[in-house]
Amino acid sequence: MSSTPQEHRNAPLPPPVSAQNSSEGNDQVLIAIRDLKVHFDLGGGTLLERVAGGARVRRVVKAVDGVSIDIYEGETLGLVGESGCGKSTLGRAVLRLTEPTSGQVLFNNRDLARLSKAEMRGERKNLQMIFQDPYASLNPRMTVGQIIAEPIETFRLARGKETDDRVRDLMETVGLSPRFIKRYPHEFSGGQRQRIGIARALAARPKFIVADEPISALDVSIQAQIMNLMERLQRERNLTYLFISHDLRAIRHVADRVAVMYLGKLVEIADAKVAYDEPLMPYTKALISAVPVPDPEVEIARKRIVLEGDVPSAINPPSGCPFHTRCPYRIEACREVVPPLVEIKPKHFAACIRISPEQPYIEQVAPGDAPGLSSTGRVIAR
Amino acid sequence: MSEENGTLLSVRELRTYFETEDGTVKAVDGVSFELKRGETLGIVGESGSGKSVTNLSLLRLVPQPPGRIVSGEVLFNGEDIFALSEGEMRKIRGKRIAMIFQDPMTSLNPFMRISKQLMEITQLHLGHTRAQAYERAVEMLETVGMPDARTRARSYPHEFSGGMRQRVMIAMALSCEPELLIADEPTTALDVTIQAQILELIKELKRKTGTSVILITHDLGVVAGMTDHIIVMYAGKVFEQATTRELFACPGNPYTKGLLRSVPDPSHEEGTELYQIPGLPPDVARLPPGCPFAPRCERAEEICRREYPPFVQLNHDHHSLCHFAREVYDKSCHERESRKPAQEFTLNAPQSDSPATEQNQ
Repeated sequence: MSSTPQEHRNAPLPPPVSAQNSSEGNDQVLIAIRDLKVHFDLGGGTLLERVAGGARVRRVVKAVDGVSIDIYEGETLGLVGESGCGKSTLGRAVLRLTEPTSGQVLFNNRDLARLSKAEMRGERKNLQMIFQDPYASLNPRMTVGQIIAEPIETFRLARGKETDDRVRDLMETVGLSPRFIKRYPHEFSGGQRQRIGIARALAARPKFIVADEPISALDVSIQAQIMNLMERLQRERNLTYLFISHDLRAIRHVADRVAVMYLGKLVEIADAKVAYDEPLMPYTKALISAVPVPDPEVEIARKRIVLEGDVPSAINPPSGCPFHTRCPYRIEACREVVPPLVEIKPKHFAACIRISPEQPYIEQVAPGDAPGLSSTGRVIAR
Repeated sequence: MSEENGTLLSVRELRTYFETEDGTVKAVDGVSFELKRGETLGIVGESGSGKSVTNLSLLRLVPQPPGRIVSGEVLFNGEDIFALSEGEMRKIRGKRIAMIFQDPMTSLNPFMRISKQLMEITQLHLGHTRAQAYERAVEMLETVGMPDARTRARSYPHEFSGGMRQRVMIAMALSCEPELLIADEPTTALDVTIQAQILELIKELKRKTGTSVILITHDLGVVAGMTDHIIVMYAGKVFEQATTRELFACPGNPYTKGLLRSVPDPSHEEGTELYQIPGLPPDVARLPPGCPFAPRCERAEEICRREYPPFVQLNHDHHSLCHFAREVYDKSCHERESRKPAQEFTLNAPQSDSPATEQNQ
């Protein structure tokens, strides 16, 4: 597999990563995402631009741009990134709440991206979602009982009295008193509403849950409650989570593995502890370094990596490596070469041409060198 | 400027109540603190703890009705804020005490160019001419790190990103060189990398100008690196008050302790469940008779549900509202000593000869 990154652009889809990953106990792939793209067409530019530039001026937001990753059964995959990086769109595209532009989402040997609407509806009982805003994601005109019963009725999992029993069970499971079954969402606090959202997601007994920023709208003392609840439910019901968050402390706590996203692409994948303690990508390092630590001794002593500038627009993303405009380690080649996601260390992937399995630490690479251009690492995504 | 350690702001027994359908909400109920010149005070609390209302009260910006400043005294440079006329108050707001808010989009006028919004302030407070005000606006935008400030001054707020808008807000707040800057959740709406930029900026400007800062936030990480003193608020009351180092080292209140423990900490081991404070934040309209935190407190006893707790002095500069403040404090200090020092977090790669996996604690 030794070749320059550009040649990989036309390479066939890589084999499932799990094939070479049999060291750990549980490596059953539940969801395999292959070269998934979600592009939003914003239409042409101004009239003048269209006259001058023809078709080239169509503005396209590449919210998700060629993401490949496996999600293992029973794990929590954390997805982090700044706002606008495409992490929510990726989560929604996996469940087809947003239609993918191209690529595959393999679940139970079926490509979710190609299922008909009716077939997809059948699969939805296995695939559920917990939303960020517990105020907006519950119908204010339905009682808690009705909200939680809806999936049970939709998928015809129970009827009549049995539905009611299941709803009460679910309420207890998530820590809500079944006495509140006739109440409306507005009568609950944010944390309680998030519990209702979790009960609804569990109602259809799913295998896989996408949790899109499930704790960021909650108070600090409530965040811990919801994280603990989600972890307990995962153990009890063998759930698999895609946990989307911008909060690296939360991700570090709940996730087994972390995928870091930047401008529509995954730039680093590693075990949560490794990603946090020994990140390889300059972007991941900066992200982690930016998180304030609740300990004044550490805060005063440490040197923070402060990135220049903002996340570039996804409409006209930078050429080459999307991070090169803010990267302290950029070299000329970073403007041109799109870095592939390469296994730099065992089960630790990074997309940077300035590092390679032979030279994994960017601080130690000679100035101007780009060992990644000639490396022999296993590539899982371009 | 930060050498002269006079008291800039002194708040005593401030009470701000709101009349609602559910009865009187004691949003701020007997808050006292002092802020010295050049210092930064952090006010930490969850939603509804009264931290924002405290600061709106200082500027007399609480909407009346339904709000009402019931009692208390606020001395700014020795001057009684509540005794001033509305006209005198207006001369303080924006000039000597400036404020930045959480959401920079709703605090800027979307129909006005940034330059105009910046110019208004110095024209009003410093009597600048248009030309002077314009130069000052550009200068301030440069100070807060706006690239290409002269051109971008002509832009409208929607043309900026969230981080840049917050920079504009800071430029506005600092353009009259205020003695006090109140920052209410200034980085909550921003991404972490942008939050780091803004916090660094506030720190640097504070160093340059000697402005005192009140930083309101729910994020204990943000106050840890930014402040000299911290007040922890719960249900409208000051639960704990200490220097930043002391508060993190030896918290003397079960609520503070719970908050600190419920933040996922990278040096804590995985597999362990995160500590959680049980229950829900209190309904401030219906507080229990004793300690408002008692229903959620792991240390609570009968007395806590019955009697309002005393504000115990633990140290020269450390107070806690708790029946068992001394015990909690001693225990925290003891735990601190027996704990291993927190792993120093560096971003340097491990040496190439030591495999990465070797670094387990």
